[in-house]
Amino acid sequence: MTATKKDPVLVILQLTGANDYLNTVIPYTDPHYRDNRPKVHIPEDQMLRIDDKLAFRPNMEPLKAIYDDGKMAVIHGIGFENSPRSHFRAMDIWHTCEPEIVGTEGWVAKMTRDLDPTGENVVKTVNFGQGLPRALALRGTPVTSVSNLENYGVLSSVPGVTAEEERDQLLERFARMYAPAVGTGPTMDYLGQTGRDALKGADIIKSAPEKYSSTIEYADNPIAKSLRDVARVYLADLGTQVFYTAHGPFDTHFNQPPMHTKLWTEVSGAISDFFADLKEHDAGDNLIMMLFTEFGRRVKDNGTGTDHGAGGVAFVIGDKVKGGMYGTYPSLKPEDLSQGDLAPNYDFRGFYSSVIDQWMGLDPVPIVGGKFEEMAFV
Amino acid sequence: MPHQEDIALMAHLMRRAGFGAHREELEARVAKGYEATVEELLHPEEQPAIDEDILYRFFPGYEGALGPPINQAEWVYRMINTSRPLEEKMALFWHQLFATGNSKVDNPPELTQQIAMFREHGLGSFRDLLVELAKSPAMIYWLDNNGNHADAINENWGRELMELFALGVGNYSEDDIKEASRAFTGWTIAPKIPRNPLGRFYWNFEYKPEDHDDGEKHFLGHTGNFNGEDIIDILVDQPASPKFLSRHLYNFFVADEPQVPAWDITPPGDPAAIEMLVNAYVESNYDIRSMLRVLFNSDFFKNARFARVKSPAELVVGTARMAGNYNAPRPGFNMLAMECNWQGQELLNPPSVESWHTGPEWIDGGALVRRVNYAANLMGNIDLPGIKSVIARIKAQGNLPPADLVAACLDAIGPLDVSEATHGELLAQAQDGGELRWDTEEDQTKSEQRIGILLSLISASRDYQFA
Repeated sequence: MTATKKDPVLVILQLTGANDYLNTVIPYTDPHYRDNRPKVHIPEDQMLRIDDKLAFRPNMEPLKAIYDDGKMAVIHGIGFENSPRSHFRAMDIWHTCEPEIVGTEGWVAKMTRDLDPTGENVVKTVNFGQGLPRALALRGTPVTSVSNLENYGVLSSVPGVTAEEERDQLLERFARMYAPAVGTGPTMDYLGQTGRDALKGADIIKSAPEKYSSTIEYADNPIAKSLRDVARVYLADLGTQVFYTAHGPFDTHFNQPPMHTKLWTEVSGAISDFFADLKEHDAGDNLIMMLFTEFGRRVKDNGTGTDHGAGGVAFVIGDKVKGGMYGTYPSLKPEDLSQGDLAPNYDFRGFYSSVIDQWMGLDPVPIVGGKFEEMAFV
Repeated sequence: MPHQEDIALMAHLMRRAGFGAHREELEARVAKGYEATVEELLHPEEQPAIDEDILYRFFPGYEGALGPPINQAEWVYRMINTSRPLEEKMALFWHQLFATGNSKVDNPPELTQQIAMFREHGLGSFRDLLVELAKSPAMIYWLDNNGNHADAINENWGRELMELFALGVGNYSEDDIKEASRAFTGWTIAPKIPRNPLGRFYWNFEYKPEDHDDGEKHFLGHTGNFNGEDIIDILVDQPASPKFLSRHLYNFFVADEPQVPAWDITPPGDPAAIEMLVNAYVESNYDIRSMLRVLFNSDFFKNARFARVKSPAELVVGTARMAGNYNAPRPGFNMLAMECNWQGQELLNPPSVESWHTGPEWIDGGALVRRVNYAANLMGNIDLPGIKSVIARIKAQGNLPPADLVAACLDAIGPLDVSEATHGELLAQAQDGGELRWDTEEDQTKSEQRIGILLSLISASRDYQFA
């Protein structure tokens, strides 16, 4: 593979709700697995064996193919000490790298600031979803958050405004209403800047769908739609270096098997289509995708599902990824568990640092708040 | 015809003490008088309550829900339709101050119960409210007091009670936290019924004398065999307590203050205002109603128009009330609740016990686009009853030159003050269509549409982001 001169691009896929590590990368020969999962386990004849210890769950065939191709890294035992069992708190920690205090500055936003210190390109980082995850929040660092690419923008669906020029005129008025004005105070200034950035982002991004064409037919589910949107904006070459999106809910307390199956069918299919799309456009060599979740689930099942746990699994996918297993699967022995959960043995900030340092070419220390052990998967 | 300034002041009061009011209501209230309206707001028990039977018919799941959306929708319905605006606004105030989240509690009905408790006690004695809070099952679980035992204390509740709910940092020692925690041992919840597969169940407060540490405690200079209520009695008599509460009331009702963690280093924006509220607290024995009476009748309040960034709940509910399409049970409340979430305020699920950051911190690129589009889409929909009534009011003024049209729009949905830049654009938009005319049927259709677009543009402005 030839080295690329293009800027590195990162896609972050958040598996919201805490994905069940044990039933995603299954330690199928470990007797503790079956003992702890009398009801919520993957039958051995269905799992996709990786080696004599581990297997992927069924419905991960498309990802298994990528793994077999050497383009997917599996990062074991990821998490942090004293992992809270609260989704929100744990997600917050993943978003801000602040396990001790409630942080307000997101790591992705800090990375964005380092990539574009003047905030010149407001689509340097693009989120697809409703609302802005805290990972992308940082005062003064614009990021663009798109809920629907077809219909994205300020004043995009004002009733009674149908003609293009009428809408353009409203947008011009909006821009002037949000123009800098002397002596109106910091909050007005901040609102003005935020409004102008949003307008600019919408303006840039609306060109993406027009430029795109592909033979890949993505499935009809939210993650497939989101990753297709990522592909369209990425292929439009707007200078975006970070994409963020989420899928879920992975919070499988109840009736886990069909839910988990559906989720991984959707995620695996969407990722596989996404990379096929990039390949079709010969644009896969400067992009990697990372998948994370707030924590894994309890080792012992609850009869129909699994409750909140601690240690989890993360993935990195892409042409430039050195595929394989990284880190160690935490022990399932009762004496090694932490309150019934897998004890994390790899700090997620090391995982971030590896990506920030080795892929994005930035200094990870100020972004994740310290020096953490990196892994060499890119 | 009521004086314009009286209407503007009443609109201000209703935006702050409630979720805004449309013109007919403002005029009725002005006729009644400002102080009389304040008194009416302060006594919600004299106004009819929401009809719970109708509510339950439309939100039948809220008592056993597994996830929060239906409970959020139930609350949004109340905010829009209440005849007791201040009761509901205070419930929101206490929810933002005593932030308890479904992320951990995982029992939306129990959080709805806590909000009901805020409605019941939110205007009474601060002391009684803290006791109710200490007994709130959702709070006990949220801050682990069910894990606070005589032989092994858990400090979570004891710490946050002082740091975040009653005093603020710097007004107690680590030892005080330990002693307070000892006093609250045995304050727990009755055994929970397993929630699956039938949904969630209400929990109950339970005091277990056998798990209570009855020994002597030294707390904030007092010594005794204190129990939880004794701790609260001591707390509400601390000088820090009214200062802390007053600053929260000021930040919520009057003008944006810096974020709470900065309070021990940044003085209040208006120390004299805080002092007035503190005096009201002391003179009335911690009576919140008395503090609010002073607040709403003060000059500092009356002069603080548009000095706060609307919270998502205020923006979503205020706009829906104005557009007037949600004044009966009907589908769609879930979407309003989700809209609050997407704008950054997931009701019943604050990000942490430190709650949401308020003021300008409500705004980021994603949130602003949502705020603008949500408000512009509702306010520009000329088929909605509230907008129809705005149009009727403007139409009653006959044919209008562009400048008068802008003034009429700003007046009808406010009155709103807007900046020069905003006004200039509204005027330019109005001028494009020339005089607003009602002479022919064609004129009428066009004029209604023009008003709709102007209302959209107003609600998309920076100015509309302020309450």
